[in-house]
Amino acid sequence: MNSVLKLILDGEALDTHQIGQILGLGAEAVERELTALRKQGVLLGMRPVLNPSYESEHRVRAVIEIKIRTEGVGGFDGIAERISSFEQVESCYLMSGGYDLLVVVAADNLYKVAGFVHERLARIDGVQGTSTHFFLRAYKKDGFIVTAEGSRRDQPSVSP
Amino acid sequence: MDASGRFVARHVATLPKSGIRDFFAIVSQMKDAVTLGIGEPDFVTPYHIREAAIASLEKGRTSYTDNRGTQQFREEISRYVAKNYGPEYNPDTEILGTIGVSEALDILLRATLNPGDKVLYHEPCYVSYAPSVTLCHAEAIPVRTIAADQFALDPAALRAAWQPGCKMLILNFPTNPTGGTAERAKLEAIAKFAIEKDLLVASDEIYSELTFEGDHVSIASLPGMRERTVFLHGFSKGFAMTGFRIGYACGPAAVIDGMLKVHQYAIMCAPIMSQEAAVEALRNGRDSMLHMRDKYRERRDFIVRRFNELGLNCHLPRGAFYAFPDITSTGLDSMTFARKLLEEQKVAVVPGTAFGSAGAGFCRASFSTSYERIHEAGERIARFLEALPRR
Repeated sequence: MNSVLKLILDGEALDTHQIGQILGLGAEAVERELTALRKQGVLLGMRPVLNPSYESEHRVRAVIEIKIRTEGVGGFDGIAERISSFEQVESCYLMSGGYDLLVVVAADNLYKVAGFVHERLARIDGVQGTSTHFFLRAYKKDGFIVTAEGSRRDQPSVSP
Repeated sequence: MDASGRFVARHVATLPKSGIRDFFAIVSQMKDAVTLGIGEPDFVTPYHIREAAIASLEKGRTSYTDNRGTQQFREEISRYVAKNYGPEYNPDTEILGTIGVSEALDILLRATLNPGDKVLYHEPCYVSYAPSVTLCHAEAIPVRTIAADQFALDPAALRAAWQPGCKMLILNFPTNPTGGTAERAKLEAIAKFAIEKDLLVASDEIYSELTFEGDHVSIASLPGMRERTVFLHGFSKGFAMTGFRIGYACGPAAVIDGMLKVHQYAIMCAPIMSQEAAVEALRNGRDSMLHMRDKYRERRDFIVRRFNELGLNCHLPRGAFYAFPDITSTGLDSMTFARKLLEEQKVAVVPGTAFGSAGAGFCRASFSTSYERIHEAGERIARFLEALPRR
């Protein structure tokens, strides 16, 4: 794997100057590498991973299972791409099993999620049914444990 | 010192406190210090290993075990050691589970040394070797290792340090604090010397999984050595299990029997939940261990390059997770360097003299920490060096 990419995926918050020093490259070389990765469509973007309890007080997130009918509506891709275009949609996957699309949505309150489901999703030609599940509490997010696991407050700062 | 000091035995009263202890007292007063002083993995024990300890508690397995450790624990050790190090040890007579290598070494010394015996060890080294020998009323004889040899033990230096009355040789490869390792040819010469002088060898191989260059060779695997070597190992470093306090000794039955006597009176047995966690580590811990080793290696390459860029000569440690840069170019001694660096830039490293007088002119910087912390320490050390009066 590309060394810059590997370092970013390790999840430490490092800027390009730090990455450059660690890998023995200049910061400009790291920038060039990142630009190339973006251009190639390998790196879609970089975002901070926020502890959900520090998001806006009323922010809610739900996972929606969607069953779709593909005849005459452009197949899975057409519908999935339409659904993905809504800004409320954080992720959208085609699934095997009992339903077809798994969509994660986030909104400022419960009513907005509900509104999105019945006003937007349900009206899309091809959507046959939805099942919405609200997130209650996060324990792990994007590889980070949200609860205070591994606290090292008792570890001495110098030891033999 | 209160009057109760009169009750303390002379050889304990005169024993110097660990240099690390002194330095820790200073660091703990300092808020927001970036510490490269921690001598343990920065990884939490892999979850599948922690889970084995949890499961052990859930099953109510909270009793004593056989003094030597559970049969299962010893059988797994026997398999692991044979597979990864070579020698085969009988789980019933030649393996003893201990509270880390610390206990294993202590009871080995207590079981084998008579007052006045002499013990050779290489320096710079882990802080407990010489004091543990002294506590047995025996004499510790240091053999210096040097940066030009990447702190490998030179057989000629060993021969030069030998004196009549030497009974034991303590080896620790890879070495804390230098990252020195022992290549086969050197180890063969050391083995030959040990046989010639009829030395018992205590080989502390706690960092052996964390060998970055070449293959780790255990002296116990060399011809004629199994019968005079006690192989000491544990789980703290390779499997990030320091808090479990679990290790073991493998060796010839009579020596293990002697150790068992001390162990059964002093300790009884290692904690059962730690033994069960260790069994899981031995059976299924290899992938996690290799993952951690690779992370240490990447961080090693960065920190060593950084020290050299900053003008502090640093050899490439071949194992363990410590860089040991030469700080003599600053004109400061080890303790002054470490103290000033802490006071002026809030970076904690351990003065090399904490690991014996052979560590003078060096400091130990652990790279068992995040890139972010190593990077920040590097920036601060650069500022520190910049502000030093030009020599």
